[in-house]
Amino acid sequence: MLDRRDFVRQLLIGRGDLLVVPGLGSATYDVAAAGDHPLNFYLWGAMGGTAMIGLGLALARPDRRVAVLTGDGDMLMGIGSLATIGIKQPSNLVIVVLDNAHYGETGMQPSATKDGIDLVAMALACRFKHARSVSRMEEAADVRTLLHRGEGPILISARIKAEDVPRVLPLRDGHAIKQRFIDALNSVR
Amino acid sequence: MHTPVNIEANIETSWPDAIYAQFRRVGIRQVGYVPDAGHSRLIALCRDDPNIADVVLTTEEEGVGLVAGAALGGQRAALLMQSSGVGNCVNMFSLLRNCGFGCVVLVTMRGEFGEFNPWQVPMGMITDDVLRLCGFLTYRIDDPDAVGETVGAGCDMAFNGNLQVAFLLSQRLIGPKVWTR
Repeated sequence: MLDRRDFVRQLLIGRGDLLVVPGLGSATYDVAAAGDHPLNFYLWGAMGGTAMIGLGLALARPDRRVAVLTGDGDMLMGIGSLATIGIKQPSNLVIVVLDNAHYGETGMQPSATKDGIDLVAMALACRFKHARSVSRMEEAADVRTLLHRGEGPILISARIKAEDVPRVLPLRDGHAIKQRFIDALNSVR
Repeated sequence: MHTPVNIEANIETSWPDAIYAQFRRVGIRQVGYVPDAGHSRLIALCRDDPNIADVVLTTEEEGVGLVAGAALGGQRAALLMQSSGVGNCVNMFSLLRNCGFGCVVLVTMRGEFGEFNPWQVPMGMITDDVLRLCGFLTYRIDDPDAVGETVGAGCDMAFNGNLQVAFLLSQRLIGPKVWTR
């Protein structure tokens, strides 16, 4: 099982111009803890929508890589979006599910993945080009390579420990988060 | 034998084309939809356009995320749905309000003029109110000749002002769903 903070930090080393969409709750805190960046579109709500934001962005910017980092609860709520993404086959989109099999934000109630509901199998059934689970830190470098060069759509289920970690709270004003992202995206190249 | 009461034949070749012309004018590049019979021609026009990515959704709320992602990437997006789909979007609409994403939603109305299926009525009768409670400007359109200018004006407001604008294409405009045995 992975330490979520270490794993996310490993994924975002040398991130360059990677566009990152973290899902609400712990994923947003993990991405913030790895280092604030204008190309992070932090979510504080819109549960179930993270993967679709990634799709809209990936379709709009086929020249850039898009990484969705989110929790199992958010992915499960938007599970139909795996089919929607599977149809469009965005080659520049990678979804990393930080899967602790629990709803961490609300008191660690078990999620569907706790009972063996298999996100990797669902992604493959939805015609993702590649999907697998990882549970060892030595695999972080492989996942990082997939973020930057893997042919998408890709889904990685990262098995992380179910534990509370200190919250790291980034920007919370949606307009500011959006505008900072757009300005940064427009200023590069 | 009788002629079914509907005005679909006329409509099918006019107002969807007027909406599509506005999509072209304002540069819509992504269109998300859950299919509806009333939107069938507009969907076909969008699907045939190589400049528009058509995204068929499993539920309408996915479209809200799509719009946000498109806007982050510098593209304008529109959503097509039936009135029942508006109810599926309510919490996700908060994304548009919180961040100020310009958005246009074209809603084909059910559950009103000449509706055969009473199961469509509860959502149809609150669709306008729900959209307004969620922060949308709403424009109801009954007259086929008003579709183009209304959608055009609303698109300009949405994308110039980062506002959320919905067009309610009334069941009288679309024509009641024709049920055959």
